[in-house]
Amino acid sequence: MVEDWKPACDLKQMRLRAQMLKSIRGFFEQKSVLEVETPLLCAATGTDPQLDFFSSFYHCAPENKAMYLQTSPEFAMKRLLAAGSGSIFQICKAFRNGEVGRLHNPEFSILEWYRVDFTLDQLMDEVLELIAELLGTGLKDSHKVSYVDVFKEATGLNPLVFCQTSYAEYAVNNNIKDAVSLCGNDHSMWLDFIFSYKVQPTLERHFVAMVYGYPAIQSSLARINPDDSAVADRFEVFIKGLEIGNGFFELSDANEQEKRFDQENQCRQQKGLVIVQKDEKFLQALHAGLPDCSGIAIGLDRLLMVLSNAQSLNDVIAFPFERA
Amino acid sequence: MAKYSTNEFKAGLKIMMDQDPCAIIENEFIKPGKGQAFSRVRIRNLKTGRVIERTFKSGESVEGADVIDMEMQYLYNDGEFWHFMVPDTFEQYQADSNAVADAVKWLKDQDICTMILWNDAPLSVTPPNFVELAIAETDPGLKGDTSGGGGKPATLETGAVVRVPLFVQIGEMIRVDTRTGEYVSRVKE
Repeated sequence: MVEDWKPACDLKQMRLRAQMLKSIRGFFEQKSVLEVETPLLCAATGTDPQLDFFSSFYHCAPENKAMYLQTSPEFAMKRLLAAGSGSIFQICKAFRNGEVGRLHNPEFSILEWYRVDFTLDQLMDEVLELIAELLGTGLKDSHKVSYVDVFKEATGLNPLVFCQTSYAEYAVNNNIKDAVSLCGNDHSMWLDFIFSYKVQPTLERHFVAMVYGYPAIQSSLARINPDDSAVADRFEVFIKGLEIGNGFFELSDANEQEKRFDQENQCRQQKGLVIVQKDEKFLQALHAGLPDCSGIAIGLDRLLMVLSNAQSLNDVIAFPFERA
Repeated sequence: MAKYSTNEFKAGLKIMMDQDPCAIIENEFIKPGKGQAFSRVRIRNLKTGRVIERTFKSGESVEGADVIDMEMQYLYNDGEFWHFMVPDTFEQYQADSNAVADAVKWLKDQDICTMILWNDAPLSVTPPNFVELAIAETDPGLKGDTSGGGGKPATLETGAVVRVPLFVQIGEMIRVDTRTGEYVSRVKE
């Protein structure tokens, strides 16, 4: 009989978490990056069709309005940046509906930070610096590789040029034939499938792997590379093959941002998902002017998991979803 | 039959896959932070016993399989079918050799087995974890040898062959673990 009132994780993990949070705050204090707080309960949310959010209602007659638990603090933090905050960081909770598994909990801890005037490369270096600091032993094995190179090396396929026949042929010959019917002619879904099953496992041999230059169709909130419009200025951090964080050279063009919102809403409509109101305050902030900056969000529960060699988020979260 | 969404997938759930009833062994939720969510599932085909891996788009639904486990008492074999009975209702089922498969060598009348029924027809039979069977055939052992070292093959009343200690004699009852096919002990009557 499982005693549900008890924490799922070892008490030792709570001390490790407290130590990690302290080290992170020390790291940013030293670099004069300001710690900030933004609302978890927001009037607007993201349009990303891959992110399902939690909706709630504010009741106080005559007002009765929908509110959303944030899927990430990105929009609010960019409003601070546009207001002249300078470099900032935040440690907070984020919520994603429907995501439960060994590596997913619908409520999780995020470390998100933005560095004004940092290039993406500078930010990648700072991420390595932070990981080294948290390890305490320094970082021996880190590897930076472009998305195109790591994809080609693992599969022989070009991720930037979609050829359904060669992708399908690869899938059939490599034991992932379900991809053929699932992904059809959806280039982005093909990339997600093949990357998750065939590319990501090859990153396990590096303690830290940084994959940069994601295909432009997976730009999310990153700027398109000014010299190569086929790729976005976006990178991901993997520790022992586990996805830990997502970094962008931030898109600051308000019109381009609004266009992406519209495209994502169109995609939502096609999938039969609810249409999301665009976050107007965020768009206004971009119109006012977002400084050139790079930013990243890191999943702290997963980070704690890899740093302590745990196998599941349940091993590092006191009260995961099943016990919340 | 009900449909199940990938969100309901968990170990033990019975679903239809490629026209066969299957049981989910393990379901892993896969989702890149900014991408499509998938369910990567390991499934056992309950007909063939084979384990396969399949991937579904998260939220996709599949048809459930009408598969249930039921305790039944083994009655007899008529030469073609093996007959079982549900103790509470006296309802009887006949299983063919495909369903009985390897369990046949442990089946002794009156023992309670676990039957898997698919659409109310026997799909497979699992014998009790421990059965007590008489030795039908074995070489005479040396008297006084109780060490159990070495051992010898013995044919049981059901036809199963197990390794037993040298002191075990024809006609004696022994206890066997059907999961490993290993001798456990002699049974005093």
